[in-house]
Amino acid sequence: MGAIFDGFLHLAIQTAQTMNLKERQWVIGGIILLMSVIFIGRLFQLQLGPSAWKDYAARITEEREIIDPARGMILDRNGEVFLTNVPSYDLLFTPRQARLAGGLDTIALSQTIRLDTSELRAALAKADAYASYRPSPILKQIPNYDYAQISGELWRFPGLQSKRRSIRTNAGGLASHLLGEYRETDREDLNSGQGYRLGDYKGKSGLELEWETRLRGKQGIKYHLVDVRNDFREPLENGQFDSLPTSGENVTTTLDMDLQAYGERLMGNKRGAIVAIDPRTGEVLALVSAPSYSTDFLTGKNRGAHYTELLQDPSKPLFNRAMRATYRPGSIFKMIQGLIALDEGVITTNSRILCNRNIIGCHGAHSMDNLEQAIVHSCNPYFHEVMKRMVQGGRSDNIFQDASEGLALWSPRIKKFGIGTDLGGHLSGLRSGSVPDTTLYNRMYGKKRWAYSTIYSISIGEGELLTTPVHMANLAVIMANRGWFITPHTVLDIGGKGKPQSLDSLVQTGVDPAAFRPIIQAMEAVVASSEGTGTKARVPGITVCGKTGTVQNGERATHAVFMAFAPKENPRIALSVYVENAGSGGDWAAPIASLMMEQFLTGSISQVEKEKHILESTYPFPEH
Amino acid sequence: MRRSQSVGQRIDWFTVGIVAIMMILGWLNVSSATAGASPVDWLDWGSKQGKQLIWILICSVLAVVILNIEGEFFIRTSILHYVINVVLLLTVLIIGKKVGGARSWFGFGSMSIQPSEFAKPAAALLLAWLLSRGDGKLRDLKTLVQSIAIVSIPAALTLLQPDAGTTLVFGGLIFTLYREGLSGNVLIAGFCALLITVASILTSAATVDYPWIGEQSAIGLLWLILVVFCLIFWQLIPNIVVPRNRRRVRNTTWISLVAAMLLSAGMHTGLEQLPRHQRERVQVLFGIDVSNPDADYNIRHAKAAIGSGGLSGKGFLNGPMTAYGFVPEQETDFIFCTVGEEWGFLGSTFVIILFTVLLFRILAIAERQRSDFTRVYAYGVVSILFMHYLINIGMVLGLAPVIGIPLPFFSAGGSSLMGFTLLVFILLRLDAERVSVLR
Repeated sequence: MGAIFDGFLHLAIQTAQTMNLKERQWVIGGIILLMSVIFIGRLFQLQLGPSAWKDYAARITEEREIIDPARGMILDRNGEVFLTNVPSYDLLFTPRQARLAGGLDTIALSQTIRLDTSELRAALAKADAYASYRPSPILKQIPNYDYAQISGELWRFPGLQSKRRSIRTNAGGLASHLLGEYRETDREDLNSGQGYRLGDYKGKSGLELEWETRLRGKQGIKYHLVDVRNDFREPLENGQFDSLPTSGENVTTTLDMDLQAYGERLMGNKRGAIVAIDPRTGEVLALVSAPSYSTDFLTGKNRGAHYTELLQDPSKPLFNRAMRATYRPGSIFKMIQGLIALDEGVITTNSRILCNRNIIGCHGAHSMDNLEQAIVHSCNPYFHEVMKRMVQGGRSDNIFQDASEGLALWSPRIKKFGIGTDLGGHLSGLRSGSVPDTTLYNRMYGKKRWAYSTIYSISIGEGELLTTPVHMANLAVIMANRGWFITPHTVLDIGGKGKPQSLDSLVQTGVDPAAFRPIIQAMEAVVASSEGTGTKARVPGITVCGKTGTVQNGERATHAVFMAFAPKENPRIALSVYVENAGSGGDWAAPIASLMMEQFLTGSISQVEKEKHILESTYPFPEH
Repeated sequence: MRRSQSVGQRIDWFTVGIVAIMMILGWLNVSSATAGASPVDWLDWGSKQGKQLIWILICSVLAVVILNIEGEFFIRTSILHYVINVVLLLTVLIIGKKVGGARSWFGFGSMSIQPSEFAKPAAALLLAWLLSRGDGKLRDLKTLVQSIAIVSIPAALTLLQPDAGTTLVFGGLIFTLYREGLSGNVLIAGFCALLITVASILTSAATVDYPWIGEQSAIGLLWLILVVFCLIFWQLIPNIVVPRNRRRVRNTTWISLVAAMLLSAGMHTGLEQLPRHQRERVQVLFGIDVSNPDADYNIRHAKAAIGSGGLSGKGFLNGPMTAYGFVPEQETDFIFCTVGEEWGFLGSTFVIILFTVLLFRILAIAERQRSDFTRVYAYGVVSILFMHYLINIGMVLGLAPVIGIPLPFFSAGGSSLMGFTLLVFILLRLDAERVSVLR
């Protein structure tokens, strides 16, 4: 113990003899100097070294605010508004702000914003997981009216803020299939490198998707200095880095809103489609798919439920029948057969053919029709024979080889009428339909295993022929123009810069315009003649040319088809009407076409009885 | 009258000038830190910068008063000052106002007084009184024990508040004792203790996969190394130490080992016992990743504020981190962040140099005294100011743990400003009398 004490004393007390105490000032001074040098070195490292701390400071004190541009509107050809923007509010939550303020009363909040507590908690947890110091949305698209009720209460909840954003609204609920959906971006969009952020919206289908880059506009950016609660305090560097948003461009469609609305009204309780085109320009005037829905039904917080509802509806309201449904054209196809036959020289306008109902069924009283009569009567044996002359033309001794060679000539001529093509590709989502060719039949039956007798049902527009209502309307355009069409399109103007250049291109069918004269005579007679099948398509004071079709549909009721253009001279509208399972084309499609044409050409409806009858008629359609 | 004039002529105006510059710079930075985003209302006496200005004026008056009190007064009343302050420190533990978890303040309505700020000059005075008696050297055990008692009593009382920063400041008086004869081995031992403390903190946060035992704290490895090192040294003693000293060296060796082991084990268990947030604070300092973003929040923001200042800073009243509350305790303990952000490397370095010059000036003052009392007191002043400077700047630069302690003459707060004014101006008065007295 003594030794320890002795050692300690020696350690602790050093007499003045061993060292001059005055020199110790230099030890103390040295320590002070050393520390100051260390401090200056550290300052050098922090302030003049790599900019990590500077970047960090900028990251926590500067906040980028994205100013969303106003999205372009979508208008009809006369400037009427299909789609525009109305304000709505998103509720954003910044977890760290709430933590700093001592937490959030989730129960009170759930009552205020009327959101289920568990849902709210899940949303808050998600926001926390995403970024604790950044606002994340917890409730989106609160309509203006609802927001007005809760906005006064929001100050009670730390970390909560609202963001005004505009939502798309389709006030008329019109043309939803064509306009398409505008909704929240998904993971794929966020990774697309096009500058979408979580919670942004974009066009997801239809015109909204097709013209997204033009409609979207350019985002503006504001840089703010924020305080420790992440609240904006002042612009960074007096806003010299800020940029203003550029509004999206308005897209003016070719649609006529009145006609579109009227078409949707007429088809309101039916399934089918109406497509109307201005034959002179290829501009689509109406594109009706029934049943329809409003794009507004698919916005807001109930989108999921509404979408499921539409998806499960057996009448498939989400399905764009006008562009996506492929139907057999039926009797309207006979006109094309006639045209090509005339052009190929296998018949003349005066050629009469026996209505031999042993080969193929027919209807009505006629026996030896010429071309015009055959179209008016929709004589099946006539066109069976006409196509036989083209396909089974005796080019080879072998009937199989003969049919194959004949069809190889026939199919391309049909495709010139647009069937089986994308019609120039200006209607995105349009299906091509199909024109059967040798490849198809070789695959179906085997090479040299089929002849005209195998495939003749296509001669009257049945069998493997498939067209969409758009293609059928385009046929009406070709008839109206006597041999050509301009690729159909739906956009008239974007941002005041006119049609996108590529839209207008004229397509010739390669058929002698003279050949159209008898066909158009026949189409006039279909409507005007007392024995025509399309008399219900008449429009007072206007010469309508049309053709009915009644498409076989197995066991179920036939589809009613009608295509027409009017007026006969200088046509201004060409259209097709397709009503699924309605019965005969003359009874159900022709009157709809009549009303549409009258509406478009005169701007009013004089055929009140016809309109009333059509509006009231629905499934099951009565037999006439 | 003649005499007081001569005293007035001998006042060290250089030191007065430095202190005045520090007060003005401090006040400007306090103004910037308290103004936030709004323009500074220079005449708003209710704001922190307004109050600070009032305190500066009060302290100026106090300085003049002190300069006119004879030095003999401070020498004669040093025991009284000390006793009063110890009583106050005891009282504050009982009736003090709890602020931020520590019972360090007397509250008088809207005003608060922190007695520990006044205990510092009192302790320096009493230490000077003790060591200037007799031959004024730390030569015998009795004087050593008395000196340590003078320092330890207020140190212990402030630790009870708890205010570890002030405790460390009293601990800093060891520099004074060193100058007065305490063996340099104590400083060396202190330095070794610091090394072992750091090593213990680092190793106790890590784990090592030991053979046979498995995954355990790495501190075991540290202890093993210490023991092996001492054993090797023990074996080498006959070869390197003359026989006369061997016994003492052996004793020293094993005592050091036991002390080191005790310290290390104490640190280890102490860390384990600490609340998580405090442990993490310590660990953050040593670069240990604690996976808790809030643990190093203060120091991260302090470093960001200083680092973002760059060479010349963002300009007075122009620092967003200062203005928008990113740095906690901005106008008091973290005032140097405002200097760093708004005045940059140049401004910060200027402040560092200012402190260094002040400390050296007082060292010079100390060494020019004929009076032992004044010299010891001057070393007390150096020790106290140096500890504040060391801990405060070290903290905001992320070199020392986050220990709340004001930066002399810069940080907002009346008690500390008054305490430092007393500390420095008592010395200046004593110094002014250096020619006319013989103590």
